[in-house]
Amino acid sequence: MSLKLNVLEHVMVPDHQIMSEDEVQQLFSLYTISSEQLPKIYHDDPAVKVIGAKVGDVIRIVRMSHTAGRAESYRLVIKRPKK
Amino acid sequence: MKPEFLEAIENADLPVKTKQQLQSYLENRDITEEKFTTILERVINEYQNTRIEACEAVGIIAAQSIGEPGTQMTMRTFHYAGVAEINVTLGLPRLIEIMDARKEPSTPTMTIYLQEEYADDRDRAREVSWQIEAAPLHEFGDIVIDMENMQIVVQLNPQVCEKRKIAVSDIVEIAPRKIRDRRHYRDFDHEVDEKGSMMLFMPKDRESYQNLFQLAEHVRNVIVQGIDDIERVVVRKESGEYILYTEGSNLKDVFEVDGVDTTRTRTNNISESAQVLGIEAARNAIIHEALSTLNEQGILVDVRHIMLVADMMCMEGEVKQIGRHGIAGEKESVLSRAAFEVTVNHLLDAAVANEVDELSGVTENVIVGQPIQLGTGDVKLIAKPMN
Repeated sequence: MSLKLNVLEHVMVPDHQIMSEDEVQQLFSLYTISSEQLPKIYHDDPAVKVIGAKVGDVIRIVRMSHTAGRAESYRLVIKRPKK
Repeated sequence: MKPEFLEAIENADLPVKTKQQLQSYLENRDITEEKFTTILERVINEYQNTRIEACEAVGIIAAQSIGEPGTQMTMRTFHYAGVAEINVTLGLPRLIEIMDARKEPSTPTMTIYLQEEYADDRDRAREVSWQIEAAPLHEFGDIVIDMENMQIVVQLNPQVCEKRKIAVSDIVEIAPRKIRDRRHYRDFDHEVDEKGSMMLFMPKDRESYQNLFQLAEHVRNVIVQGIDDIERVVVRKESGEYILYTEGSNLKDVFEVDGVDTTRTRTNNISESAQVLGIEAARNAIIHEALSTLNEQGILVDVRHIMLVADMMCMEGEVKQIGRHGIAGEKESVLSRAAFEVTVNHLLDAAVANEVDELSGVTENVIVGQPIQLGTGDVKLIAKPMN
């Protein structure tokens, strides 16, 4: 067993990629949205830790969709609010 | 098929699945350029027609589509069905559990897949199961209460230990430590005779029989092998490989066990999935659990509705319940929240906070008696004067 578990290899975890600045701008202008309108993901999410994304990054998630076969989704990395 | 056809399909504005289907359908057919263009055009047209219209109230359709068949489900809480002698909650109680995003399901269970070299060998699969199943000390030997000397004598059975692949030295080290740490019982001393596979436990208060028996209870039930939360493991052969089903769930610790396939092993505890594998895995877990609960009851709900619910629950980066502590309680509109549950509290809080209701949703507009902003209500006509 590996020392650190790579959650991205799990069948239930889709592929996570950090998007570049340009890609993010393109995405926002395509849907005419701002970053707050994206779904969120916490900075200490296991998948975020693996790819090493920082707060404020946008992550592209390539899901194996039940209906379309392949679907892209986006999440904004935010800090986990304190309880 | 001509390469330019392939390219045309690849570049078309269609979902991947449709592209693949179209490709495999046209694979061995001889078609002209003209025919191909018509086919592709019609497929794209058909796809555009099946897409949901903008401004369509998908939420309420999803609610109805899951809710109506839900009324047909069995409502008995004690309705269990055994998958390999493991009991799992099914039906409406399970569905409610998923939607409520409970921290702990009433019957947590795991499906543990094994790595290739373990998966087709029953004995090796059994070995892995021993590393996982919580085994109390009394399974490894005899425990006798010696009332005369006020002590508890544990005589370990080396054959059992060998069979279960655990060293006597490990047991004698783990048992006293776990009684202190996990069971929080500290009023005792112990002596170890490793060669004779013996252990002695003495209560600190040597006058009280009650303490002696209490200690005996702790000694008997202390978990010395396996993972504490996993009470039972069943090994089953399914489609050519051995799979472990468990009662109780602890994804993190199971992943540490040798021989466990960390890419396929899953739990029915959604919040645990979220913690160990992340929010996207939790979303998948919700879809999988809800769908299999419904299908098990013979209810066929389109996966799109469940996907929408799962998406809503996982929007904010953590799993939120559908209810006043989750999605319904975080709606923008005061009137909409008040219409759901605890009306007075919401109205009072909104008044204190000087909240404004934009009246953009459905509920608010029904309450104030305006047309809702959906369907025909969404269209606004602006008349330009002729002159």
